Amino acid sequence: MSGLVSMEEVERVAELANLDLAEDEKPRMQRDLNAILEYVAQLNQLDTAGIEPMAQVSDLLSHPDGAIGADTGHGALLRADALKASLDRAEVMEEAPDTDGAFFRTPKVIER
Amino acid sequence: MGIELNTETLLEKPATIAALREGITSGTLTATELAERYYARIAEHNPLLNVYLSLTKEKALEQASAVDTAAAKGDPLAPLAGIPIGIKDVLVMQGAPSTAGSAILKGYHPPYDATAVRKLTAAGAVLLGKINCDEFAMGSSNENSAYGPVRNPVDTDRVPGGSSGGSAAAVAANLAVATLGTDTGGSIRQPASFCGVVGVLPTYGRVSRYGLIAFASSLDRVGPFAGNVRDAAEILRVIAGEDASDATSSPRPVEDFAAESDKDVRGLKIGIPEEYFGDGLDPEVRAAVEGGIETLRAAGCEIRPISLKHTKYAIPVYYLVATAEASANLARFDGVRYGHRSASATNLSSMYRLSREEGFGPEVKRRILLGTYALSAGYYDAYYKKAQQVRRLLAEEFLTAFTRVDAIVTPTAPTAAFKLGEKTDDPLAMYLADIYTVTASLAGICGVTVPCGVTSAGLPVGMQVLAPHFGEGTAFRVARAVESASE
Repeated sequence: MSGLVSMEEVERVAELANLDLAEDEKPRMQRDLNAILEYVAQLNQLDTAGIEPMAQVSDLLSHPDGAIGADTGHGALLRADALKASLDRAEVMEEAPDTDGAFFRTPKVIER
Repeated sequence: MGIELNTETLLEKPATIAALREGITSGTLTATELAERYYARIAEHNPLLNVYLSLTKEKALEQASAVDTAAAKGDPLAPLAGIPIGIKDVLVMQGAPSTAGSAILKGYHPPYDATAVRKLTAAGAVLLGKINCDEFAMGSSNENSAYGPVRNPVDTDRVPGGSSGGSAAAVAANLAVATLGTDTGGSIRQPASFCGVVGVLPTYGRVSRYGLIAFASSLDRVGPFAGNVRDAAEILRVIAGEDASDATSSPRPVEDFAAESDKDVRGLKIGIPEEYFGDGLDPEVRAAVEGGIETLRAAGCEIRPISLKHTKYAIPVYYLVATAEASANLARFDGVRYGHRSASATNLSSMYRLSREEGFGPEVKRRILLGTYALSAGYYDAYYKKAQQVRRLLAEEFLTAFTRVDAIVTPTAPTAAFKLGEKTDDPLAMYLADIYTVTASLAGICGVTVPCGVTSAGLPVGMQVLAPHFGEGTAFRVARAVESASE
């Protein structure tokens, strides 16, 4: 099957996403990605030169001149950088697949 | 009292919060009795509908008993005292597993409560359990749940919509008085429409997302489902407001939305965008929505045709933005801190890859791949950046429209509920079920969907009422006018 995305690209993207696709999953994913990408290509009908990308709704509500928008005009608010209590370690570690109680345990990182 | 629960029929309208509150306050009903009746009804119908993934009966009965003690003493009751409510499984809640409908989180017990859950508990609500949904809220039919699909109580061969299909079906079958769902591209509004209940998309920032298992952070919202507009408004008031744990939550004051919903609609200007009534809209759905528009005209609204000409680009923009954000958000599921870890891993890298391969379902993988592709070197400008630019055009188009009209009315979905299995083989056809809902998601504006009629097959049709940022009061008011005409 031809299209925008080759099988090699499906494999490369899966690797980037840390997904180990089974062999029989790959053709289906390739087919679906191509169908979706063909559909989204209609965005190229629009000239978007000079339009600022919108990453957050607060982009829309903030007014650079300081005027009040639909929100308070400040966008997202940041909390004070101060120490505060966090979740209980024992409760959190209870959910870990493998732990020594203080740390998460994983398989070996560096092979010798 | 009108609160007898009938276990013979699947479809049943819940009693109103006001009626239940009156019963509990006056002593003709206890919260414990009410909770027990709901658990009995769940036991009866859940095996077929597959709405609840887990129940929190012990905790619920403790809360109900505390409400009854307070009521017996004549203490003032909290706003939702004794009201049985169900929670979509993407919101974390202590005392039950939170799976997000995914095998990768099977058996995960969160160590904290989502803010919306904590606020409901503080308001006296009796939380019945956790409700089925599409895996990580990705889907439009609830068929992507790792724990099996939910069936639509109106017609059990049909889907309830998605991703909050369980939350909508729960209210339609009276397995809860109200529920919480989440909406990223239509996941509250579309299932509410399919199941014939009221669903609310609050403005982006209105309700804290702390404790929501994230899908697409610039789009995700938490909102209520209820059997009527007023109850949905009451629940939104409880869960809304600024939260120090969510930097995107808004400090705007929270209004009495139920009182707003009672206001007269006379003189309101309602925009009808032609792009939402074109090809692909089922004629019976169109007729029902047009009936709703006539109701508004008769109630004194001024109906104005408008144009939102970028509407057709909303699905492409949505599926690029949402999947890009999802590919980043779902990177956290790696088998280290919580959830599934593959037993076949031999080193760290294979542990990540195999845990994710085994834990995620096909639609989640598809979206992670699409999002990763759109963000990858060489494609970022062509896909992700382009989508964000068109997102601004779509959003600004709404802002311009709202300088001329107070609210915009559209169909919620292009069709009524479709059959189980009908679209599972064609992801693009499934994505198009969100064609009328993704626009408001991208713009960050609010909306309410309200039943406005049925098709000849008896399937419910929803009307979507959209209002500007933080204009929920207006959306509730218009929705209430449509609802009251059918009473």
